Amino acid sequence: MARGGSSSSSNPKISALIVEDHRPTSMLHEAILKRNNMETKVVNNGKHAVELHSKGERFDVIFMDYNMPEMNGAQATKKLREMGVRSMIVGVTSCTDFERVEFMAAGLDKCFKKGLTRAMVEEVLQKLKE
Amino acid sequence: MEVGQMQRQWMDYTKSLFLEGYLDGQFLQLQQLQDDSNPDFVAEVVSLFFEDSERLLNDLTNALDQKCIDFKKADAHIHQLKGSSSSIGAERVKNCCIIFRSLCEEQNIDACIRCLQQVKQEYFLVKNKLETLFGMEQQIVAAGGSIPKMELSF
Repeated sequence: MARGGSSSSSNPKISALIVEDHRPTSMLHEAILKRNNMETKVVNNGKHAVELHSKGERFDVIFMDYNMPEMNGAQATKKLREMGVRSMIVGVTSCTDFERVEFMAAGLDKCFKKGLTRAMVEEVLQKLKE
Repeated sequence: MEVGQMQRQWMDYTKSLFLEGYLDGQFLQLQQLQDDSNPDFVAEVVSLFFEDSERLLNDLTNALDQKCIDFKKADAHIHQLKGSSSSIGAERVKNCCIIFRSLCEEQNIDACIRCLQQVKQEYFLVKNKLETLFGMEQQIVAAGGSIPKMELSF
């Protein structure tokens, strides 16, 4: 899947959107991404992620949780792909295998089990370089 | 007590939390993200975990207290608690949540109520352990020492 560009072409940092409703988890994810020199933004549900993209914001990579209020990760991913968003979307979730299949089918590039680790982020960064 | 002794006690205590299964490698990752620019990172994240967990445990208690139990709602709360405990490395809490989810799926009311007690017990145990750990860290820092770096080599 082709990748979306970062919001500023002169910005050397990779931009990441964290879509996660749990504050402790989003704090952890943000810290890991910043440690990997990434620029981060956090929203707490899929609907907000879709709204950001409707306003024209784009990110190199989106880290998407599954279970969230208003719009879950699968619904948000499907919506973003329908809107033509081609950024890498990585699921980070403790959902069931059945939900994971639905999540991948919605348009994820990859799905990791919670909690996100630096090794997983490095894998994502490697894929972005390809 | 001198700083070196406090640091050794801290290391032994931390090691015991991993060996006894209260914490897993995810907590180590949390510690590794703490640095001079973010000196209270672990305490902040864990604090939020405490708030979050207690709210979810109250919601679960209410959910299982209803005449007509909404197992879907209960499952949603457990799922959140499982995700939250996974993120900070609270392994025993996470494992209890996994069992709880399958009991919810079976809609086994008595087993769910017993499991909720188990989850609460594990949560308050790990909370107590972490608060003790943070207390030891505060003493080390107050005595002019620094918190050692932990490796998972045991």
